[in-house]
Amino acid sequence: MAATDAIREAVSVDLATVTVRALNQRLHDASAPGSFRVLNPGGQHSIAAGLDAAHAVEIDGHVGYYCAGMNQHATVRIAGNCGVGVAENMMSGTVVVEGSASQSAAATARGGLLIVHGDASARCAISLKGADVVVRGSVGHMSAFMAQRGNLVVCGDAGDALGDSLYEARLYVRGSVAALGADCVEKEMLPEHIAQVRELLERSDIAGVLPEDFRRYGSARRLYNFHVDNLGSY
Amino acid sequence: MAANGWHPGLRESAVFDRNVIAEIQRAAREGMYDIRGFGAKRRVPHFDDLLFLGASVSRYPLEGYRERCDTDVVIGTRFASEPLHLEIPITIAGMSFGALSGQAKEALGRGATEMGTSTTTGDGGMTPEEREHSHTLVYQLLPSRYGMNPDDLRRADAIEVVVGQGAKPGGGGMLLGHKISDRVAEMRDLPAGIDQRSACRHPDWTGPDDLEIKIEELREITDWRKPIFVKVGASRTYFDVALAVKSGADAIVLDGMQGGTAATQEVFIEHVGIPILAAIPQAVESLVDLGLHRTVQLIVSGGIRTGADVAKALALGADAVSIGTAALIALGDNAPEHDAAYREIGSAAGYYDDYQAGLDPAGISTQDPELARRLDPVEGGRRLANYLRTLVLETQTLARACGKSHVHNLEPEDLVALTIEAAAMARVPLAGTSWIPGVGTGA
Repeated sequence: MAATDAIREAVSVDLATVTVRALNQRLHDASAPGSFRVLNPGGQHSIAAGLDAAHAVEIDGHVGYYCAGMNQHATVRIAGNCGVGVAENMMSGTVVVEGSASQSAAATARGGLLIVHGDASARCAISLKGADVVVRGSVGHMSAFMAQRGNLVVCGDAGDALGDSLYEARLYVRGSVAALGADCVEKEMLPEHIAQVRELLERSDIAGVLPEDFRRYGSARRLYNFHVDNLGSY
Repeated sequence: MAANGWHPGLRESAVFDRNVIAEIQRAAREGMYDIRGFGAKRRVPHFDDLLFLGASVSRYPLEGYRERCDTDVVIGTRFASEPLHLEIPITIAGMSFGALSGQAKEALGRGATEMGTSTTTGDGGMTPEEREHSHTLVYQLLPSRYGMNPDDLRRADAIEVVVGQGAKPGGGGMLLGHKISDRVAEMRDLPAGIDQRSACRHPDWTGPDDLEIKIEELREITDWRKPIFVKVGASRTYFDVALAVKSGADAIVLDGMQGGTAATQEVFIEHVGIPILAAIPQAVESLVDLGLHRTVQLIVSGGIRTGADVAKALALGADAVSIGTAALIALGDNAPEHDAAYREIGSAAGYYDDYQAGLDPAGISTQDPELARRLDPVEGGRRLANYLRTLVLETQTLARACGKSHVHNLEPEDLVALTIEAAAMARVPLAGTSWIPGVGTGA
């Protein structure tokens, strides 16, 4: 079935007449995977938070904070911009933002894929714990702060203090980096890294961007165990 | 030396005492602040500075073994559809697997469950053992979000959003590399053996307006079933409580500066935050001003040791107390049978506070399998239940002496203070007077 057919058959929920609570309860109660279309989101918070089934949810407009928070299994597409903490602590599934994302996109996300076709603001992928995050535009300052595991791919530029206090997450940036954060260093792009970027771009439906154009950043691992000579970095 | 044995050359300085001198020498040697566990060791105004008046001619007491004095408490009645029903007003504070051994966490669950009360996870997620052995389990949402996942959120009986803790209001967490075993590392998505520094601010909200939205998200994820607590370290208590209430908390967890920790800087433990005695009246005033005292429950902690402490905290207006350090001592922390082992690592039974080191001879604050095996979770759980039972009996004894048929009927009017400081902080009269410093003469 083509994607457009699925949308045509989706159950529509109009948030101009139904509360977010009622929408989420319906999504939580539906144990079998289904297709849903959410109309008039109006920037409301916590839309499609806590999903635990392989639903396909299309949101027709802008959303507020924590859209698709702690998502498991579901695919959530936002045809608009989103507020703070989209896909925060996501476990699995896919979240697509067709516009731009506010701060802390995919904060602490442990699995799944977040795709932002516009820009992502400060603290994108903060404390990332295993998810993949692909941003077609640029990311703001303090992105990937304390990121532990997973991948952040930025097709545009990165703001100040990228990867500050980074652990084992991998950061790929195609454009400029305003400044690297404490203990974050540039590392060599090996064939395995180019292949990883290519795969993530393909999964994100981002064409016209060459994986070879990215530079890789990671942890220098100097702050992993306290040492008095590193005091200035703490 | 004079005939009476006094020698002027042995006069110890009150300012530079032996602890101070040793710390200066250590700092000069190591070039790093001292990190330790436990809570504040300095003397601060505390529940010891309060007394109950008891009943006499003007009011009558209840008979010790015949007349009921109930102890149950319901927490989370404001918004949650499934509030907690606890049989006793004493809960077990948040302590992580990682900071504590798996056996210690299991023992806490067993002891609390036997007595009908709750335990709390910590900075490291929920272990299956902990869930299995705790009938009522509170799941903490911390800045690090180590191990955080929606399944455990739904599996929990309540959720505690941790803003701060009494040992270090304004500080993040710390678990040094030697305690990061493979299992701890896996739960926290970190390599084994590296220092784990937990952030001091949450990654996806700042301030009360964001917190309100965050709490709403947690309610949405759990379909508004679970009570949501907000935990703060005691500092600007009146305002923190008001903002937590405004943010939608079902209950406030208020941790005084005496509250314990697994690891933080000594300077933090001893110099940041206020005593729980000073914080409770501020919190109660805040709740009363909002018209929500007893609707939003208040759980207090930090230096609770005896039933007298429990009764005094409740009399000042708390709905329940929480214990951490005392619970570990009940399990076997600082027990005399480990004295020789404590001395081998430079401490002694009764003094041990190096919970950060992972070398705990009692097998509690460690991830070393050999050491952890020393704590039998069944025996430890029994000791904790015995201790909790004693606290409850002591609390009931004092409540009955004041003529109360429920421990929640204790009130500030039942209390007086022994010192001017305690009278001012607790807002009860100095014993033998009607004077409450800062409030008025009462005349």
